[in-house]
Amino acid sequence: MQVPAPFEYERAVSVDEAIALLARHGPEARLVAGGHSLLPMMKLRLARPETLIDINGLADLDYIRTEGDEIAIGAMTRHAGVLDSAVLAEHYRIFAEAERVIADPIVRNRGTVGGSLCQADPSEDLSAVFAALRGTAVIRSASGSRNVDLRQFHTGPYETAVGAAEMLVEVRLPIRPNCGSAYEKVERRAGDWSIAAAGAFVQLDGEGRIADLGIGLTAVGAEHFTCEEAEDALRGEAPAEEAISRAAAICAERCQPQADQRGPVDYKRHLVGVLVARALARAAARARGEAA
Amino acid sequence: MRVSMRVNGAETQAEIEPRLLLVHYLRNTLGLTGTHWGCDTSNCGACTVWLDGLPVKSCTTLAAMADGHEVRTVEDLADGESLDPVQQGFMEEHGLQCGFCTPGMMMTARALLDRDPDPDEATIREAISGNLCRCTGYENIVRAIRWAAEHQATQAREEAAL
Repeated sequence: MQVPAPFEYERAVSVDEAIALLARHGPEARLVAGGHSLLPMMKLRLARPETLIDINGLADLDYIRTEGDEIAIGAMTRHAGVLDSAVLAEHYRIFAEAERVIADPIVRNRGTVGGSLCQADPSEDLSAVFAALRGTAVIRSASGSRNVDLRQFHTGPYETAVGAAEMLVEVRLPIRPNCGSAYEKVERRAGDWSIAAAGAFVQLDGEGRIADLGIGLTAVGAEHFTCEEAEDALRGEAPAEEAISRAAAICAERCQPQADQRGPVDYKRHLVGVLVARALARAAARARGEAA
Repeated sequence: MRVSMRVNGAETQAEIEPRLLLVHYLRNTLGLTGTHWGCDTSNCGACTVWLDGLPVKSCTTLAAMADGHEVRTVEDLADGESLDPVQQGFMEEHGLQCGFCTPGMMMTARALLDRDPDPDEATIREAISGNLCRCTGYENIVRAIRWAAEHQATQAREEAAL
């Protein structure tokens, strides 16, 4: 029987209260939302917070909406809400494709966007999605809120830019016209973590060239879950097979996967090359308005 | 800490440790052993119950998180002697062998049919993808859920005709 070590339990009903509780209980306090990453780690005693601050009551942070030329996603949005979102289906199909392969439908009823990002697991799918899309994390503290570039949000495995007595409350993404996106993941079995996964968006200009793009990589040791060198190589090019293959090869070469029970390094690099190429090609096809 | 929650429509309360998991609150504190405790890692789904109407894995939910909320377990599926169509379907189509996954399967199936009364096979398989059957009886489980869908539709038509 797996049981977490004892902890004190607090419940916050507002963001201000959650932040005040974090300040009061100090560095050994942790926020808990869905708990589907943190509780398993606590059961294995890999995490032993002294205080858990339950923020499931913050339903006002459960939203996905457009605001001007941006999409705002509340930190308490459940995975199931991301999968079902009409706003995201319209603008970024990468979300539904990633969500469909995150754990299973029951887990997705509980796990949250904010929890996934703040857990900062190097194999987390949404971290790669957000890295690909380049947006902004909104972090609140007692003194106000600050914005952090999503590519600067993860500072290392299980580490984020969220400081003491701070809380991630929202993620904001730019809406891009003439844009398509896609996600590709290979896993050992349904619902598992990735062996490797790649996401991409492609935005086309009037001549059908790539005006902007983003690549996200997960579970393969890519710094900030991305590969900017590959993006730079493809920007301005037509999204032809050869150019896409070249960018995918850069990703495969630059990422730093580790051999583990999911596979050896050369296999993971091979997967990165294949998955990046597929994600980019499908994203480009969608940007052209093709059914893909 | 003291928690109180509605379980299957009845008020329950107890003094618990904050680290008590919902599955153990149901099984050990309340004696509702219909909910099974399986892998303990949120993979197998044997512990699936409803929290405020949504299926959740009770091995990865603190009892404290359900404080003030509504929980439904497999014990609430039947209405007295009358089985839920999902239960009936598992019986008719041999949807269980060892029976360990069955409570979780049925709670997931009931939630699916409430949301989508006429799911096709692919939808059913996706819906139960968080519930593992180690007897690998998925063919019959899918048939059992289809049976329930068809049966409750007929039942509804008959009731409407009355």
